[in-house]
Amino acid sequence: MSGVGYVAVAGQVAVVAAGGPLLAGWMRQVRARMEGRVGAGVLQPWRDMRKLLRKEPITPVGTGPALRIAPALVVATVAVAAALVPLLSTDTPISDRADLILVVALIALGTLALALAGLDSGTAFGGMGASREMTVAALVEPTILLSVFALSIPAGSTNLPAIVSGTVHDPARLASPAGLLATAALAVAVLAETGRIPVDNPSTHLELTMIHEAMVLEYAGPDLALVELGAQMRLTLLLGLLASLFAPWGIATSASWAALAVALALFTLKVAVLGAVLAAAEVFWAKLRLFRVPELLAGSFLLALLAVIVSYFLSSES
Amino acid sequence: MGLLRKIRETGRVAEAAPPAPAGDVLASAREFGGSVQVRCVDAGSCNGCEIEIAGAFNPVYDAERYGARLVASPRHADVALVTGPVTRNMAEPLRRTVAAMGEPRLVVAVGDCALSCGEFAGGYGVEGSVGDVVPVNLEVPGCPPRPEEIVAALRRVTGR
Repeated sequence: MSGVGYVAVAGQVAVVAAGGPLLAGWMRQVRARMEGRVGAGVLQPWRDMRKLLRKEPITPVGTGPALRIAPALVVATVAVAAALVPLLSTDTPISDRADLILVVALIALGTLALALAGLDSGTAFGGMGASREMTVAALVEPTILLSVFALSIPAGSTNLPAIVSGTVHDPARLASPAGLLATAALAVAVLAETGRIPVDNPSTHLELTMIHEAMVLEYAGPDLALVELGAQMRLTLLLGLLASLFAPWGIATSASWAALAVALALFTLKVAVLGAVLAAAEVFWAKLRLFRVPELLAGSFLLALLAVIVSYFLSSES
Repeated sequence: MGLLRKIRETGRVAEAAPPAPAGDVLASAREFGGSVQVRCVDAGSCNGCEIEIAGAFNPVYDAERYGARLVASPRHADVALVTGPVTRNMAEPLRRTVAAMGEPRLVVAVGDCALSCGEFAGGYGVEGSVGDVVPVNLEVPGCPPRPEEIVAALRRVTGR
């Protein structure tokens, strides 16, 4: 059993690390096609990465340790979270420790590290981006916690693999009002957490509207490669989490090689479809004005809160 | 829904890729391997060249398909696309911008003003051409150069 389990854990980290840049390239490609462009190709983020690793590393004058540690910390937290979250299999040697609160805390640690680095860069835009990122994070983290918590009430545990395998065996949980409300809340939270339109625009050149990009303006070369890899891995992880929680079919619930292979194929398909939908939605949406963002996030928090209340009352009836 | 129908009716607007431009890929550009981040610096231009650069990255010319992408910070950039005669006030910012870019880096001068100060040569506020302030690796003549010429220069840098 443990052999398959360890392979599943390693597979999850490898899929998120290798698939992150591919997902980013795929989303840019979908967007380019809808805009009438040809697009640079799905492999372009990997070409960017190879080029950045060849460039000279730069440590800007007057910066401290926060700026140097942050890129590695961002990638490390996402990698650990990818090992814990049930993306391919719910039956891994570390699935007992895959607690919801731990995963959200790991993601928040990455956000915090990058915000500190933004402050440490000593530029006006770095500090501005850090302040905005923390505003968004303060509204997003509770939403993620609450919406997954709504799903954990029927499962009776905050353990993510237990929630996912419970949903696989009892799909009716998802069609309940609580499940639908939690899906909507978590979808908005994922958009905000990964810095996509309508909260942030990943391809902006206007410093005044930046959130995530403003914090990383001072990074260059290999450090920038790590920061970008971290952001792309985080998007893959959160889309994968969304897929595992709300469309868990095909995920391996037992330790067998065949189930793992099926899970890998279906995971790739689900994340690719989610990415394409997100990229297409970005063509139709404009970025929200910064002062409207808290309204959107408060709305999604309200949905998550309603999901928890509904989930509590419905489960106490039965 | 109206937008969706428009997207379907319009289809692809990007023109077919012209054959690879004359002139070799620059030796220093080989390390980029098909990925180049571009930072535009307006050192005192009349904005004619800026409009053509924006044209080069629009859906019709689509410079992004060759691996070039505009970025917001010189730290992220491999290529500085400099336009206009360098004014006295922009000489130091231009030097600093180029210094902030990590090696290997290239400077592309776009437009006649950037190459020889053009119409503004001898003006009291003009420090000189781009080549007088920072070393220039590639030149794109024209007043303003056509988007095809800017795309061709970028393709010599990306090698695609």
